[in-house]
Amino acid sequence: MKLTLKIWRQKNNKAKGELKTYPIDGIEGDMSFLEMLDVLNEELINKGDEPVVFDHDCREGICGSCSLQINGEPHGPDRLVTTCQLHMRMFKDGDTITIEPFRANAFPVIKDLMVDRSSFERIQQAGGYVSVNTSGNTIDANAIPVNKQDADDSFNAATCIGCGACVAACKNASAMLFTAAKVSQFALLPQGKVEATERVLNMVAQMDKEGFGNCTNTGACEIECPKGISLENIARMNREYLSASLKG
Amino acid sequence: MAILTSSIARKVAMALSGLFLVIFLAQHFIINLTSVIDPETFNSLSHFMGHNFFVQFLAQPLLIFGVIFHFIMGFVLEIRNRGARSIKYQSFKGNENSTWASRNMIISGAVILAFLGLHFYDFWFPEIVHKYIESHPIDETRYYTELLQKFESPIRTALYSLSFVLLALHLWHGFSSSFQSMGWNNKYSKALQGFTKFYAIFIPLGFVFIAIYLHLNQ
Amino acid sequence: MSILDSKIPKGPLADKWTKHKNDVNLVNPANKRNIDVIVVGTGLAGGSAAATLAELGYNVKTFCYQDSPRRAHSIAAQGGINAAKNYQGDGDSNYRLFYDTVKGGDYRSREANVYRLAEVSANIIDQCVAQGVPFAREYGGMLDNRSFGGVLVSRTFYAKGQTGQQLLLGAYSAMNRQINRGKIIPYNRHEMLDLVIVDGKARGIIARDLVSGEIERHSAHAVVIASGGYGNVFFLSTNAMGSNATAAWKVHKRGAYFANPCYTQIHPTCIPVSGEHQSKLTLMSESLRNDGRIWVPKKKEDAIAIREGKKKAKDLSEEERDYYLERRYPSFGNLVPRDVASRAAKERCDAGFGVNKTGQAVFLDFASAIERYGKEQAAMHGNYNPSKEEITKLGKEVIENKYGNLFQMYEKIVDENPYESPMMIYPAVHYTMGGIWVDYNLQSTIPGCYVTGEANFSDHGANRLGASALMQGLADGYFVLPYTIGDYLSKDIKTGKIPTDSKEFVEAENKVREQLEKLLNNKGTHSVDHFHKKLGHIMWDKCGMARNAKDLASAMTEIRALREEFWRDVKVPGDMNEMNPELEKAMRVADFLELGELFAKDALHRNESCGGHFREEYQTEEGEALRDDENFMYVAAWEYTGDPATEILHKEELKYENIEVKSRSYK
Repeated sequence: MKLTLKIWRQKNNKAKGELKTYPIDGIEGDMSFLEMLDVLNEELINKGDEPVVFDHDCREGICGSCSLQINGEPHGPDRLVTTCQLHMRMFKDGDTITIEPFRANAFPVIKDLMVDRSSFERIQQAGGYVSVNTSGNTIDANAIPVNKQDADDSFNAATCIGCGACVAACKNASAMLFTAAKVSQFALLPQGKVEATERVLNMVAQMDKEGFGNCTNTGACEIECPKGISLENIARMNREYLSASLKG
Repeated sequence: MAILTSSIARKVAMALSGLFLVIFLAQHFIINLTSVIDPETFNSLSHFMGHNFFVQFLAQPLLIFGVIFHFIMGFVLEIRNRGARSIKYQSFKGNENSTWASRNMIISGAVILAFLGLHFYDFWFPEIVHKYIESHPIDETRYYTELLQKFESPIRTALYSLSFVLLALHLWHGFSSSFQSMGWNNKYSKALQGFTKFYAIFIPLGFVFIAIYLHLNQ
Repeated sequence: MSILDSKIPKGPLADKWTKHKNDVNLVNPANKRNIDVIVVGTGLAGGSAAATLAELGYNVKTFCYQDSPRRAHSIAAQGGINAAKNYQGDGDSNYRLFYDTVKGGDYRSREANVYRLAEVSANIIDQCVAQGVPFAREYGGMLDNRSFGGVLVSRTFYAKGQTGQQLLLGAYSAMNRQINRGKIIPYNRHEMLDLVIVDGKARGIIARDLVSGEIERHSAHAVVIASGGYGNVFFLSTNAMGSNATAAWKVHKRGAYFANPCYTQIHPTCIPVSGEHQSKLTLMSESLRNDGRIWVPKKKEDAIAIREGKKKAKDLSEEERDYYLERRYPSFGNLVPRDVASRAAKERCDAGFGVNKTGQAVFLDFASAIERYGKEQAAMHGNYNPSKEEITKLGKEVIENKYGNLFQMYEKIVDENPYESPMMIYPAVHYTMGGIWVDYNLQSTIPGCYVTGEANFSDHGANRLGASALMQGLADGYFVLPYTIGDYLSKDIKTGKIPTDSKEFVEAENKVREQLEKLLNNKGTHSVDHFHKKLGHIMWDKCGMARNAKDLASAMTEIRALREEFWRDVKVPGDMNEMNPELEKAMRVADFLELGELFAKDALHRNESCGGHFREEYQTEEGEALRDDENFMYVAAWEYTGDPATEILHKEELKYENIEVKSRSYK
């Protein structure tokens, strides 16, 4: 397949970036999107140009490193996949593909398509944990039965890989789905109940401090989330936040 | 204080003020509907609304506050949200993951606001002038005729109708969205959402019907 | 006697750890404040160690090349984590877990370490549940278990197909708590490029800030290496693209012995290679072998017809299929250990029975599981005479519940629906049992340099059983290292802060800088990947699932030549003082090119077959691995000499006092 790539190139955080056009040939449907970029980079290096910088690591859809806004959608046109699992069979010969970094003020560009998502880490550090020492001297794991539905819902929230697609998809660059998933994961389990009040207040405060936009319930995040994290989590966080605020 | 400035609190405030306006809309619609069915009922209801102390001096200021709050907060949030992404995407396919209505509440909202201006100009200001400034004697039967006169103009009727289409879009997203904002998303949500979507279409359509009906029955 | 002192405590096996914990020196809480520890790598081993050390009061700095600790490759572990909880009442015990692990490792691991691992395994589950890790549960609210290869009990705890992710998020949440308290400073997007030794002790590291390109000196009283394995020496593996051996290899070059580099795990259930462009291989969890049956056609004609697309798997009747694992190993069947399953697949494919275009794949079929579950479900709903469609529908639902995400992942990659036609799988490099030699305290031969998780060698012998890696990483980090490192640090309470302006730091930094500059100024003709792929081919062809003396010897020569070519001809674009992924890769591949040669050397010297190390010259008549306990029941720990080819072998003899050494049979 022959393609035209329009890729955002930006030397560093301070530099001004622009879209540059690269024709590419010999792409097969079995390649992943990142393998297609590997082919481009190999060509660029051989020509003496600088390769395109992008985040990636596990290439099996679980580490959450890869990002990319592909043709106006985070992780591209396929659903429930990360960019590393997006395959070129989703595109046609002759297509033009626009590739931009995930954009949000809270995700400043590091270089080309690579962005700094440490704002997500700070949200988690504000309360995304259960305060229990790792001594191993806890009670037996089966001493607290957990309702299967709650355990499953908590698991589903916990499958969030922190890639930032929710922010990238949202017209407001809001991080509500991410924060809500992290809040819900603990809010649904008995272990997480004790600190529920401070957790949600602190995490939301940090989220606001990082400069993400506000949620207007467009639902774009849920559709684009590679792990299918549900909007129910946002509702749960709103609920948790309200009751926490009332408690003080 | 955090509760007033936090993103979630603002969102809930939007939801609550919006829901309040949704309820008001239903009440307004029912009264208007009587103009089509029985002008006399319409006249007496209008008179009650215009002269009842509770309605005039408690409900009305509250309503005006609700409207102003809803739109100021709406604009504040919109500005803030736009500011969260200073460098825009060159390619952004919002249609792939969300409805036009949900992404453009500010547009539908602004049109509704403009419409409110017209609506106040048409009814509210003349009413206030009539009652409190010029102090005309009480006439319990004037309302229907005045109403009819307003819809004589095809332009006004068209403007009203257009505004109601945007109101429908605004409600289509806003009504159901308010429950999500307040944390209400559970197994009943689907049914509730059905109701909100029905409401979003039915009420504005009803208003359009009334406007056209009055226009045609001069 | 060997110069390697494993420091295994005296006394009966079951009491060693408790006794040892009682005997080690402790550091007073007030003094812990004055002690710094560096942890390199933030996966399960590093993350758990960092969190626990910080909780104890030490000042911890963590380093990871990813943008967040939570992205370390432990996250990709799918299947589960073992623990001798015996919740299922099927006769599990610490001893059985110990026994299975030693046997699974083909009697090449250290008894005392493995027993300790089994002993603390139950604590891990308690700990993780307390942290809020959402393990799978039954309807009664109790934890669910599944079974894994090489064992006869159900002791594996899991969170769908994402157990590693959930455990890592647990460890990361514990880290987050400490980061919030200021006890851990996370250096993300930082890569360790050398170890600094002052007066014979590990006292710090040289790291590069990958964003700014700056080279930094960090000092500490002890350094913990938890940087994972070196599977990427094969280029194609299930490891993450960034997984590398650099931290471990630099430590080795500074004097830590490297043990058993040739012990590599080739995982049997991965998605086959689809073409030259392939950048990595994707694992399908071993848990699939609980329900999937592995087969190839009985007749070669059928295999050829399938390869050419003339026949489909479904066209073959039961009689025309060869369920070769069930045939060869009736008692363990599809649940034989990984090394056995992998070799059996290779044997069938080499014999010409492979089923994909390249002839390098076997089927993993869920049809009988779908039928079995479908019937069960129908019966549960009171339907004792279900139609075929009903059975299939119900059965698919059960399968989807258990493996939904794996099936989805397969379909996305291969573009084939695994509910309808069987999956195609083939073995791929997955885990490296070898690593830095450590004693019972997890300390390497460099005082103050500790190594945990996959980066060390200690617990899995020559083959790792499924769901044991997560167990080992967390055991090392949560429950072992925090005790043993205290013993060492107790001597450092009066040392004070380690200065970073000493000549050792300067020398190490200069060395790193020189290497980086050399790579950038080389201006050769080929990219880093070009060399990495070439190395991968040599490794896979000659040091892969089956090895022989001739190939291994030539691999050593070829790798050496490739290394020389690399340094002559590699082309690294960009600058040092900026984000430069090519430069990062170049540094890592440079180390792989050395490690690869030592790998081949180790494989060549080990004249026996054991676990993941299969030498064609040493096999039984039935093609099973043939160990040589008389001559090779030892750990091969290599001492760096400046050149991989001349590294010096040190042997740690392995003694089995609590387990009878037998030839491993899963028949």
